[in-house]
Amino acid sequence: MSEKIDPEHQEQHIVGPPVYLTILLCLLVLTAITTGVAFIDLGVFNAVIALAIACLKASLVVLFFMHIKYSSRLLKMTVLAGLFTFMLLLTLTMTDYISRAWGMW
Amino acid sequence: MSTIVSLPDQATAKLPRKSYLNEEYGIKSWLLTGDHKRIAMLYLMSITFFFVIGGMLAGLIRLELLTPPSDLMATDTYNKVFSMHGIIMIFLFLVPSVPATIGNFLIPLMVGAKDLAFPKINLLSWYLYVIGGIIILAAMVLGGVDTGWTFTTPLSTHYLNTHVVTAAMGIFFAGFSSIFTGLNFIVTVHRMRCPGMTWFRLPLFVWGHYATSIIMILGTPVLAITLVLVALERTINIGVFDPTKGGDPLLFQHLFWFYSHPAVYIMILPGMAVISEVISTFSRKRVFGYTAVAFSSVAIAVFGFLVWEHHMFIMGVSQYSALVFSLLTMLVAVPSAIKIFNWSMTLYKGSITFETPMLYAFGFIGLFTIGGLTGIFLATLGMDIHLTETYFIVAHFHFVMVGGMLMAYLAGIHFWWPKMTGRMYPEGISKVSAIVTFIGFIVTFFPQFLLGYLGMPRRYAAYPPDFQVLNVFSTAGASILGIGYLLPMLYLPWSLIYGKIAGNNPWQATGLEWQIQSPPLTENFTEIPVMDHEAYDYEWLANKTQHEVQTVG
Repeated sequence: MSEKIDPEHQEQHIVGPPVYLTILLCLLVLTAITTGVAFIDLGVFNAVIALAIACLKASLVVLFFMHIKYSSRLLKMTVLAGLFTFMLLLTLTMTDYISRAWGMW
Repeated sequence: MSTIVSLPDQATAKLPRKSYLNEEYGIKSWLLTGDHKRIAMLYLMSITFFFVIGGMLAGLIRLELLTPPSDLMATDTYNKVFSMHGIIMIFLFLVPSVPATIGNFLIPLMVGAKDLAFPKINLLSWYLYVIGGIIILAAMVLGGVDTGWTFTTPLSTHYLNTHVVTAAMGIFFAGFSSIFTGLNFIVTVHRMRCPGMTWFRLPLFVWGHYATSIIMILGTPVLAITLVLVALERTINIGVFDPTKGGDPLLFQHLFWFYSHPAVYIMILPGMAVISEVISTFSRKRVFGYTAVAFSSVAIAVFGFLVWEHHMFIMGVSQYSALVFSLLTMLVAVPSAIKIFNWSMTLYKGSITFETPMLYAFGFIGLFTIGGLTGIFLATLGMDIHLTETYFIVAHFHFVMVGGMLMAYLAGIHFWWPKMTGRMYPEGISKVSAIVTFIGFIVTFFPQFLLGYLGMPRRYAAYPPDFQVLNVFSTAGASILGIGYLLPMLYLPWSLIYGKIAGNNPWQATGLEWQIQSPPLTENFTEIPVMDHEAYDYEWLANKTQHEVQTVG
């Protein structure tokens, strides 16, 4: 790309109702799956699946409903910064939880 | 003594006919304003109000600790007093102190913009702050909260019957106010810089606030959600922090300190931002290692997110994890030291003058360095076991927050007072107040290092009689400190009417904000400024001044 993107003046990407409806449908289906899976006993995987579906749904909302898929790289980076911070929180907290019992058995 | 202050001839000088202060009149014109300068003034008045309340609570704490037994108030009341002191000072004073007042006022001026990117969100942030403040005050009046400002679980979720939820809700609101401030600053710095204002021509004040805003936006939501979890645990027992339901009380500590440690940098980075401006102006030199100082702000913001567990070393966290966090904590000392050394190098061979803001800045450097270095004691795992939860910690963070940040805040208020109001504060008495503050501070908090080292725990109303001498020192110092803070509250309002007219640039400073009238117009600039020189270019200023004199003459 040769031209510099100016977020204030770039053309707005218009998203039509079909896309929104498709995403809405996906979200509803995923919700149904979450509910369904909750009734099957999969041990630890119940939580894993529920969280995986939740992440997928959140990504759909961010990408389509919040238009990040069509936004400038600066905005994409802004969203990723939040995600990165969240990963920091998880990773460094896990350093405690994983190793708390080391050497105690 | 030499001085760089150059005021216009007082016999003929007049305040500008039109400025942001007299553009419109009436209470509505203030409460519904979108002007960043007026919102900054609203913030200034409200944070001063909360500072006074928090300060009086501090006075009560020191008065109680004057004698060994708990005789002034009941121990429960003491718990409530120190909790409210912490909550008010941190969430309602320190966090918004520099960014929401001085930052709000100056960031658009410094980047050459007419206002912040979202003026209405800026006003909303003030309203949220006020709502949060009122809720916290309500919690206090209705009977207070005694968890300490840290809301430690399971104390806060299971064992106390005080207004935990109310106070948490107030902090939730205040938190959103600071998220909005941060959002506004980031968008303004990215999108609204004037022509020629590249990233590396921005004043270091703006860099500091940019780094602060990153923490505000990325950290504050975590605190907000954590407090919501505490509230839910109290009201409907969801079991996130309750071990009997599969939760973990330490999880609260992780989540809480994930915000609250970076929050320390929310408090100190804007202070450092002020100091960069003040040191440069009063030593007539470009800040030594501009790029290093700029990036060290960002580095502090990033490293700040990696060290929170050092608040939890004795709480039963993994030893291996503690080792990692101890190392990471030591790393934060690097960017902080870069700043201190670079300021010192800026002073080297500078043409230094000792006006009030500079005195406060010197106070900052000394006290912040002591505060920072004692932080390394606490980051050391073995030492921490002895010192944590004692008065050593109390002294350490007061050196950083009060000795560092409050000094910087007062430096900033004095430095930009002529720009904000168009009038000078009285120089003589303000120098006295700077020195009194410094002495009062040392006398108050230095004995607390000794007390902590000797083993006096924090958060108790009573202590063994052996500790009394040092406690009496500390209380006596607090009364000196109180006078140091009271003086500006008297002479600054006085100067609004009787102060000398300051003119556009009383300090001969180089920032864009000093090239326009004081107090500025509502639109800030009559024409869009063009930045054609580096930040802190005193030669450019000298040439410009000479040119102006020639044109007039």
